[in-house]
Amino acid sequence: MSSQPVDRRGFLKSAAVTGAAAVVGSATPTEAQQTTARAAGGPASAPVSARESDPSPELEPITTDAPGGDFMVDVLKSLQFEYVAANPGSSFRGIHESIVTYGGNKAPEFLTCCHEESSVAMAHGYAKVEGKPMAVLLHGTVGLQHAAMAVYNAYCDRVPVYLLAGNSLDATMRRPGVEWAHSVQDAAAMVRDFTKWDDLPWSLPHFAESAIRAYKIAMTPPMMPVLLVLDGGLQEDPITAEVKRRLHIPKLTLTAPPQGESGAVAEAARLLTSAASPVIVADRASRTAHGMKLLVELAETLQAPVVDQGGRMNMPSQHPLNHSDSGRQLIANADVILGLELTDFWGTVDAFRDSLVRTSRPVTKPGTKLISVSAGDLYTKSNYQDFQRYPEVDIAMAADAEATLPSLIEACKRLLTDDRRRALQDRGKKLAEARAASRERIRADAAYAWDASPISTARLSAELWAQIKSEDWSLVAESGNVSNWPMRLWAFEQHHQFLGGSGGAGVGYGAPAAVGAALANKKRGRFSVTIQGDGDFMYAPGVWWTAAHHQIPLLAVMHNNRAYHQEVMHLQRMAGRHERGIDRAGIGTTLTSPNIDYAKIAQGMGVYAEGPITNPNDLGPAFRRAIAVVKRGEPALVDVVTQPR
Amino acid sequence: MFRSCILVIAVTMLGVTAAAAGQNAPAASNAPSPAPAGNATNGKKLFAAVGCYQCHGYEAQGSTATGPRLAPRPLPFAALSRYVRRPTGQMPPYTTKVVSDAQLADIYAFLLSVPAAPATPPLLK
Repeated sequence: MSSQPVDRRGFLKSAAVTGAAAVVGSATPTEAQQTTARAAGGPASAPVSARESDPSPELEPITTDAPGGDFMVDVLKSLQFEYVAANPGSSFRGIHESIVTYGGNKAPEFLTCCHEESSVAMAHGYAKVEGKPMAVLLHGTVGLQHAAMAVYNAYCDRVPVYLLAGNSLDATMRRPGVEWAHSVQDAAAMVRDFTKWDDLPWSLPHFAESAIRAYKIAMTPPMMPVLLVLDGGLQEDPITAEVKRRLHIPKLTLTAPPQGESGAVAEAARLLTSAASPVIVADRASRTAHGMKLLVELAETLQAPVVDQGGRMNMPSQHPLNHSDSGRQLIANADVILGLELTDFWGTVDAFRDSLVRTSRPVTKPGTKLISVSAGDLYTKSNYQDFQRYPEVDIAMAADAEATLPSLIEACKRLLTDDRRRALQDRGKKLAEARAASRERIRADAAYAWDASPISTARLSAELWAQIKSEDWSLVAESGNVSNWPMRLWAFEQHHQFLGGSGGAGVGYGAPAAVGAALANKKRGRFSVTIQGDGDFMYAPGVWWTAAHHQIPLLAVMHNNRAYHQEVMHLQRMAGRHERGIDRAGIGTTLTSPNIDYAKIAQGMGVYAEGPITNPNDLGPAFRRAIAVVKRGEPALVDVVTQPR
Repeated sequence: MFRSCILVIAVTMLGVTAAAAGQNAPAASNAPSPAPAGNATNGKKLFAAVGCYQCHGYEAQGSTATGPRLAPRPLPFAALSRYVRRPTGQMPPYTTKVVSDAQLADIYAFLLSVPAAPATPPLLK
């Protein structure tokens, strides 16, 4: 603690008052008027201004050993943050220095990022492995603006991210020039529509309370990003004796996730156990490995097929009751559909045709009962439209699906008689046979274009699987679109083996989320792999330097179709509709002339890289060489030129 | 992974029937109407140039995300032509104004020329 604690704002305020008092008793009306104007914030003459802002240098404190930032680090340590990701910025220089020096750069450790979008998306990927947030520091206006799209992705994906943005609140204390451009009256307004909660602490005790509250809110389903705005003065000013007496870090008690109401659970169980053709659809249902086990237990209790929409790793991919490949047909024939944390229940049970005349129709049979369990019903904002079209369900539980599954399973088991169980077992046998046949079809389909160049996404996926299947692997991201081949061909059995998508479909998530998730996997000794889209790669490629710098082991396999292919298809749709220019869809949508050398870019940032590979027979050896590098604890990239999808 | 960003162009489009063969569009013997003669080499270029590859892949192998496999063993020409001209699913229409009948015949010849998939490769067993 400082021997002479002084609050910067208090110190300068008293200096200003002293200056004003010295002038009030003086001479002319003009001088008095000037003084009044000054006291009200008007212009001051140069000599007076000098007296206010530059008091006797010998009295001015010039050091402190207890800045507010140190206490902020104490609070962050109490929350057990492992990392804080940031692109450096002067608006948080105070807490930055406290983290790396006072905090020893451990828990949290500073991760050097080259773009705020990378910082937030890294935290997004990390949270999906770690089950808790990473802290992110953002610089004033510009850093938060850079971060916004990644914050939106995390918001849509219901993932907790802990955002800390620097700001300079006291306008009279800002350095002239850039600090003004980087300051903002209400920083959180930029992202308030897609964060769950924010605050602007006015004191260190206020910071402590809000920091704990923010963590608790972020971690309560539906989980989302939260933001604290940190005043520069609060970070940099010495902790006064008066404030020191009030410092306290509150206890964190996480909120138990909400369960479905007992009557609704009982009614859902009644419908499910008596249904002839029930279907379970899961999107962000399994928050944890335990959630995945619960979903398997429910499916096996009911002998009901599961359609995994892939928001999380919900259902083992090779399980006899995983019928994701035939989901549309199952939904069309279902009499009861249980939707667990669905992003889009309406889109699950309706078909929409994007033609010149847009049309939609239900795909379910009349009378099909729809049951929804979703924490999304607990928290809906109005401006951004990620809540999708209104679904007309029969039972809606505003609850966390994973927390609700135990009571739902028990309710179902209680209702099943021995006769009913035997009937369900018969249904299960038929489903298992259908699943086995489906797997054969998938393998046959994968053989088409096997030797093609550009390389088929099925071949890429099969070659990669052959090299990683004996590892404790984790597919940490998949940007672009490889026709779902990994989930169709690989054996996904554990929760960490798949992490879902970006949430908001904002391109640029894949690379940084993969790096963040790989960082979380590192201490567990897992082998992280990502299928990396070329368009996604180019958004903020500096994240590969971050991976190299922090020695984050990650195998990135490029799905390089040399295009923003989704947009190629959209343009083609317009051209076909307008009966013109059907050979022009590549204008503005492709990444050719010149082709981008992704291996060279990665190499330039210290990452081992190979490619571009165009011969499918070269994949296996290239993957093996890259895997050896990853096993040494480094990132590696293999650029593969692929078919569009 | 399964759902996001998927533009379903032609999921309801073409099943897979008749036998494939040849560079120059022989009609499948069991097709309801004969396919017009076409040039498979030109058809392969057109398949890329006019955008068929975008959803169905350069080898017409298809994708669960965008459009079904078209070859080998494409649908009879009449069925394919009918769908291309007036699709009922998500596929954009290709009228004669943008793809002539002769060009469509070339594309069909290319589809007929696509060889059968290899026996299940060892990696897939």
